Amino acid sequence: MSIKTEKLSFYYSQNTPFETKALEDISIEINKGEFVGIIGHTGSGKSTLIQHFNGLMLPEEGYIYIDGRNIKDKDIKLKLIRQKVGLVFQYPEYQLFEETVFKDVAYGPINLNLDEKEIERRVRYALEIVGFDFQTIKDKSPFDLSGGQKRRVAIAGVLAMKPDYLVLDEPTAGLDPAGRNEILNNIKKLHDIGITIILVSHSMEDIARLVDYIYVMYKGKIHTQGTPHEIYKHSEDLKRIGLGVPQVVDIMKALKAKGLNVDTDKLTVEEAAQEIIHAIRSKKDA
Amino acid sequence: MNPIISIKNVSFKYSKDEMLALDNISLDISQGEFVAILGHNGSGKSTMAKLINSLLLPTEGTILVKDMNTRDDNRLWEIRQTAGMVFQNPDNQLVATIVEEDVAFGPENQGVEPLEIRKRVDDALKAVDMYDFRKRPPHLLSGGQKQRIAIAGVLALNSECIILDEPTAMLDPSGRKEVMQTIKRLNQEEKKTILLITHFMDEAVEADRVIIMDEGKIQLQGKPKEVFSNVERIKKFGLDIPQVTELSHILIENGINLPNDIITIEELVERLCQ
Repeated sequence: MSIKTEKLSFYYSQNTPFETKALEDISIEINKGEFVGIIGHTGSGKSTLIQHFNGLMLPEEGYIYIDGRNIKDKDIKLKLIRQKVGLVFQYPEYQLFEETVFKDVAYGPINLNLDEKEIERRVRYALEIVGFDFQTIKDKSPFDLSGGQKRRVAIAGVLAMKPDYLVLDEPTAGLDPAGRNEILNNIKKLHDIGITIILVSHSMEDIARLVDYIYVMYKGKIHTQGTPHEIYKHSEDLKRIGLGVPQVVDIMKALKAKGLNVDTDKLTVEEAAQEIIHAIRSKKDA
Repeated sequence: MNPIISIKNVSFKYSKDEMLALDNISLDISQGEFVAILGHNGSGKSTMAKLINSLLLPTEGTILVKDMNTRDDNRLWEIRQTAGMVFQNPDNQLVATIVEEDVAFGPENQGVEPLEIRKRVDDALKAVDMYDFRKRPPHLLSGGQKQRIAIAGVLALNSECIILDEPTAMLDPSGRKEVMQTIKRLNQEEKKTILLITHFMDEAVEADRVIIMDEGKIQLQGKPKEVFSNVERIKKFGLDIPQVTELSHILIENGINLPNDIITIEELVERLCQ
């Protein structure tokens, strides 16, 4: 079970003077249960790629297989694919439109022609999973909620479709630190209950802390891939292609350059603190 | 010299029965100062920016922008010209199909002479390092480039003060860096007064003064070093501290001898490696 692309390419404005290659020769496989991150500067192809994952865009060249089935097969139902792969766009709260939170989250399930009981079960499940108390939130207007809350309602709307894969495009952009932590903790919880997570983010700190595997995109290609520790070792290269590293990585490299004997391969504040304490104590003992 | 922005005992409510969005705020901002305002969503930061720009009027109290009262309808355009605003979403504030026409939009509407407009547009685009892009359509630019065009639009009005409401929230790391470098240069070289509203602590560290807002009040203010040394209080307001400060505090707790106001990598490295 996986989302798999094979030699996937995509062009915008094909056969015109403005032709741009948005994706080039992408072959990756994201297996069920993984938590992966996709990073790359604006225009590197991230959004184009994830819109292929649920058939919003169909491959012009190459193939996409969702759980082994070619997305371009004649008898495939894209509706089912979109249920299986949930896509949360940037600023999803702009897509809220109903009078109550319940109705907004129920919109997807209602369109699946489910019976009322199942609809309520799903709305309750989705709202609770993003941290709301069902009874207190269900009759509120989504427009009376805070930015972070609105965003969680929008994510609940996707979760009510019971996706196996959840793709999130910059889910914390524009939120304050508390709102950001709220959303990230929710996402972690979703991964714990077995949903495959694909997280697109500009925050190197969040990516370093959360994901198991990273795809780095540059000019429409997969530039590199690997675990966070493997990826953030190459800070110069990441900076060259418009990205960065968590501040901790810069700190450890600067310490090492100035002669403190630390292992620079640390990605979180806690890991770094341990390593520095260890290095300083061994220096004193020596 | 009088402060460029003077806020006196200002309170604000969005509607009668609602809570105070701003609660008796007093604040002076000096000409040429770079001030960063932090606070969680709903703490009153953006309300304050809109009040300074006369997009909203105070429920109580007065705001003077270069000695002009924001309640004075006759000075409205002068006030907005003195304190120009740049918003979060680059796609919502560009209006023209060509970069230089977008930058010219403000001065054109003020009836500035064509030759003078040409000069202001060129100067503004050079100041944000986007002159080479003047003939391009804005929608083909990156997010960081679009925000620099929006800043150029404010510069073309000869604004002395630039208010930026989370200008980097939607940008990638290199776009953020571009915009921050532009802001710093405008402050240092062109002596523009900067009011930067942000959620990014590493941006606030660059300012002359940091103001932390919570529940419509100013809770903490001072030099970045002074403010960020209050780690526990800042976390209580739902905010972060820079990673380097957080790291320093963990080291201090573990008995390593460091000052408690470290906010840059250089300081920490120097202290640990001396």
